[in-house]
Order: sequence, then C-alpha cells, then structure tokens
Amino acid sequence: MWEYTKKVKDFFLHPRNVGEIEQPDAVGEVGSLLCGDALKLTLRIDKETGKIADAKFQTFGCASAIASSSVLTELIKGKTVDEALKITNQDIAEYLGGLPKEKMHCSVMGREALEAAVANYRGEEKPAEKEEKIICKCFEVSEEKIRRVARENHLTTVEEITDYTKAGGGCGSCIPAIEAILKDIWSVKPVCEVTARPKKMTNLQRIALIQDIIEKEIRPQLQTDGGDIELIDVDGCRVTVSLRAMCVECPMGDVTLKGIEDKLRELVSEDIVVEAG
Amino acid sequence: MKPIYLDNNATTSVAPEVSAEMLPYVNEFYGNPSSMHTFGGQLHRKIEEARERVAALIGAEPEEMIFTSCGTESDNTAVMSAVETYPHKRHIITTKVEHPAVLNFAKYFARKGFRVTFVPVDNLGRLDMDLFYRALDEDTAVVSIMYANNETGVIFPIQEIGQILRERKVLFHTDAVQAVGKVPVSMKELPVDMLSLSGHKLHAPKGVGALYLRKGTRFSPYIIGGHQERGRRAGTENVPSIVALGKACELAKTGLDNEVRYVGGLRNRLEAALLRCCPDARVNGDTEHRLPNTSNISFEYVEGEAILLRLDEYGICASSGSACTSGSLEPSHVLRAMGVPFTAVHGSIRFSLSRYNEESDVDKVIEVLPPIIKELRSLSPYGRDKLAACAPDRESGTE
Repeated sequence: MWEYTKKVKDFFLHPRNVGEIEQPDAVGEVGSLLCGDALKLTLRIDKETGKIADAKFQTFGCASAIASSSVLTELIKGKTVDEALKITNQDIAEYLGGLPKEKMHCSVMGREALEAAVANYRGEEKPAEKEEKIICKCFEVSEEKIRRVARENHLTTVEEITDYTKAGGGCGSCIPAIEAILKDIWSVKPVCEVTARPKKMTNLQRIALIQDIIEKEIRPQLQTDGGDIELIDVDGCRVTVSLRAMCVECPMGDVTLKGIEDKLRELVSEDIVVEAG
Repeated sequence: MKPIYLDNNATTSVAPEVSAEMLPYVNEFYGNPSSMHTFGGQLHRKIEEARERVAALIGAEPEEMIFTSCGTESDNTAVMSAVETYPHKRHIITTKVEHPAVLNFAKYFARKGFRVTFVPVDNLGRLDMDLFYRALDEDTAVVSIMYANNETGVIFPIQEIGQILRERKVLFHTDAVQAVGKVPVSMKELPVDMLSLSGHKLHAPKGVGALYLRKGTRFSPYIIGGHQERGRRAGTENVPSIVALGKACELAKTGLDNEVRYVGGLRNRLEAALLRCCPDARVNGDTEHRLPNTSNISFEYVEGEAILLRLDEYGICASSGSACTSGSLEPSHVLRAMGVPFTAVHGSIRFSLSRYNEESDVDKVIEVLPPIIKELRSLSPYGRDKLAACAPDRESGTE
C-alpha cells in the first residue's frame, strides 16, 4: 500500500477544478489509456493580462495522478503563462506534502500537460509531433524527456528515472540506454585530448596542468549545465575548488566533485584529493 | 471500523477454532518434536494428526504430505525436485498466467539454459490445449500448471492434462493454493504427482504450507539439513502453524459443500448487481469454470488504484490488476495474457470472498461502488463517447 499524505488523500477524495472548459484558449493532453494514466488540461486565458483565468482537468489514473492534476490547476490559476511555466514537478509534489517516489511520474505528467497547453496556446508545434528518439518503447518515453527530467530532478539512477518517467519500468530492454544517458549527463567528459601525463612533475608543472584541465575540460562541461568552477588552491595533492552558479545548490555537488577528482587523478596524479572551498 | 474483507485470494482471516487450537503450541508446548523427552517428543503425535487432517481434505495418504513454510516453497520444491531427479531432461512446461512462485522460477530455469514453454490462454483465460500437447516431448522434465488462477478464479482442466501426462509418463505438478479449501480436490481421482497448498489461503496463519507428493514419485529435497519430514524437508517443524493448518483443513473439509453454495451465492449476487448498475463493466475469465469465491470485474475508463482507495474509505478491501497497485509499472500479467484490452486491465477489481462474509458485506459494495465508478468516470478524459480516441490495444503476450 502506498503511503499517501493527507494532502494527497484530500485532493484525491475532493478534487478541485474537475472538468473541461468550453471553447478553451489552451488544451494540453498527455498520457494515454495504454500507459495507465492520462491528463487533459484546459485553460481560459485573459487576453489582456495574459493571466490564467480558469483551469480545469480530467484525469484517468491513480490517486496521486488525480491529486497532482488538481493541485496543478490550483497552482496555475491567476498566474501569467510565463509565471505558470516556472512551476516544476517538484512544486506539485511539494504542495502535496510529497509523493511516494514510485509515483513521482504523476507530478511530471502534470508539468507536461501544462507545457503542452502553453505550446498549444502559443501555436507551437506539439512536442509529440517533433522528431523524437523514443528510448522506452513500453511507455513511449523520449530521450529528450529523460534528459530533461533527470536534470530538473537531479536523478542519477535508472530506478529514479523509472519512478519519475516510467521509462525502463516495462520490459526493461531500454535500461542500458538509460544508463548511457545518465552517464552522459553526469560524468565529466573530455572535450579535448590532453597529452599523456608526464612521469615526473615539478610543483609548478603540476599546478599548471591542473589549471589547464579545469579550464579546458571541466569548466566548459559544467557551464553547459549552468554551473561554473574556480580553482582556489593547489597544495601538494590537495586541490581546492569552488563550485559556482547552479552547482552551489546542486545536490549533485558531491558527485561533481568526485567526477573532477577522478579526472584529475587520471590525468595528473593518483593521489589527488579534490575539496570544495 | 471492522473491515469488509473481500480479498481472500490474497490472504484469509485465521478461523477462531484454528487460533484456539494452535495457541497452546505457541505458549505451553514449545518443545522440539525431535527431542527424546516426552515434553518435546509428544508433539510428534500432534504433527501426525495434522498431517492426517491435511491429507484427508485432498483425499491423500498422510505419508504423501510434506509440510513446508508456504505455497511458494511448495511450488519451488516441486519444480526443483523434478529437474533434479530427471537431470537429462531440459524442458519445462508451465503457463503464462501462473503465480510468480512458478512463473519466475520457470524463468530462472530459462536463464539457466532450460527450454521453457509458457502455454498461452485465450480471452476467457482458458489454456491453449493444442499448444500444450504440441509442446510436450521426450525432453519434458515437468509440467507445472495451476489448479485455479488467483486473479480470475478460472479453473484449469487438471484432470484432462494429468491423464495425458500419465500416459506420456511426464511429471505433473499443480499449484492448487487457490483451490484447496474452496472446491473439492481429491488426489484419488486426480492424476497429479505433486500439488501445492498454502495455509493462509484457507484460514490458517501465514508461514505454513504443504506439498503433496504421490507415493512412488522420485523426489529430491529443496531444503537440506536435518531428518525432519522423513528427510524430505529439513528444518525444525513449525509446530503451532502445522497444528493450525491441520485444524483449518479439517474445518474446510466439514464445511466445503455448504461453503461452495453459500460463498458462490454471495459472489453471484455481487457480480450480477455490479454489472447491472455499472455500464461498461465486464467480467474477466471463464465464468463456467471458476472458483465460487472469485469475481474479477473490469470497469472501463477508470483506474483500479483510485477505485480501491475510494472503497478503502468504507473499509472495503479488494484488489486490482492495475499497474499502479502492483509496485511495478506493468499491469496484471494474467489479464494481459488473456488479451484484456488495456482500457479494461487498468480498471480491474478482484473481489474474493470467504465463508466469513455476510450478505450485508455484499450489500454495502453494491451500494457504494456504482457511485464511485460514476464519479471517477466524471474525472476521466475518457468515456463512452470518446471510444475512438482510445489508444489501440497493444498485442498481448509480446514478452
């Protein structure tokens, strides 16, 4: 049995904003009967203020899917479209006092319906019509979605990806592909070939090499993820760095540090220890 | 709130007579039956009495019964024993709709390099007998086919299958965990070599089961250690639970005829009323050959977990084949093997009754469930008028 919070139960037993707006300004539909959950979101948007005047939902799914959908409508009402788009799946889950981790995909479904509705409002192409590489065939989950949800929720394991997107939860044949995606997202990749490490280095050479690797390899990688790094000090084998921007709040911080350490151990010296300054 | 318990295929309440009979063996008579002193040794007699009672329920000889810890252990023991005692045979036949205790064990052997045939079922959950016959060959070590399905209650033609297997001299095991105590089962008539049963499905506590092993059948123990159960199942006997299983079997034997009639009547009334009151509802499984206590109904366009949680508000306990209740993301393998459309699998609810249910339990479900279905459908983007918008059914049995 799932451990649902009182909030989830309340929104499931007494859902707010059920139904379908007639002649809506925006419609967002995600999921299908096949997948076991589906959400249709309809919005009334005030042309002058750009604010969401009304939002209604219809959901086929379990208690957490219904509760997540209902909360989504409560959260977006009265907000402008741009403000509404800032709402993440974590916001939905947090409003509900948390969801069982296996049910996080319900909050992701809410967020996706909102995006679909906004795209529809703005006359953009539906994501489904774009060329997408489907990774999980059982639940039709694209690589793009896996990457986005993994980054937004800092997911590092296949299990977490399954909890949040369902990908990998069916026949399991896509698990290696998901592993590869996760490795790609979270590992520090070489962007240029660094020459083989010299046998013996002076202190100066060592510092210069570390600086070089951080500048040429690690920094650009972090910057693509909205983060940054600064080299503070090198004391023998102790390297002190400072992580910046997105990296500061990032729960992946330890993993990132470990990745940097691995890289420096590989290219400079095996006894290197990386610490956050 | 006293629960309205309609989930007896999951587990059952311990009968008051059963707990009364077992309690002295929890508290007072804690000895080890293998001991030389009277205090422990006397329990041996009590175990043999239980063995006689269990044997009597299924028309077996007491020495053909081996006590185990659960239905799963009985199932695993049977299949493993067959494979061990016919080491040159490398083929196993089972079905697509078995309980995981057999299904996943068969998959384990498939990974070990065995050839495994999973016999499919039709849309009423009936075995594809043609395919079964064709799958049989000289290399088949064992056939393991359940007596009755836990999700739909559909009963398989064990007599017919056993007859063929006896002629072909192939070992036959049946997982009868859902059948024993619910329908008459007699080993005098059934051409079956091994049969599994479980205590907690027939009003004994959890943690005890039995394996029937026909006299003369080759056997290799699964749990190896001491001499208990004549060397066929090691481990100090679970005396209180074995005593309880014996008592539960005795009660089941005495009340079986009445129970089939009474429970069957309740189930039929419940099923008929729900189908009458809820449009777009259908029964899953062959209603001609079915356990009297089980009803598996699909309510289209709604999701099973949502239905169960609404029922939970009234203290009504049932279960669902929906993906959301399974802990995995895939819905019931049984309903999928039957080709039940996805629209219906997700909204499937299983009611399983027992002799402890009353007319008022059924009345309550009939009163509260149709409005729940109606309300959840009003939340759903799918409905009768939107049939065309439904996702096409995925081919079943694609694994």
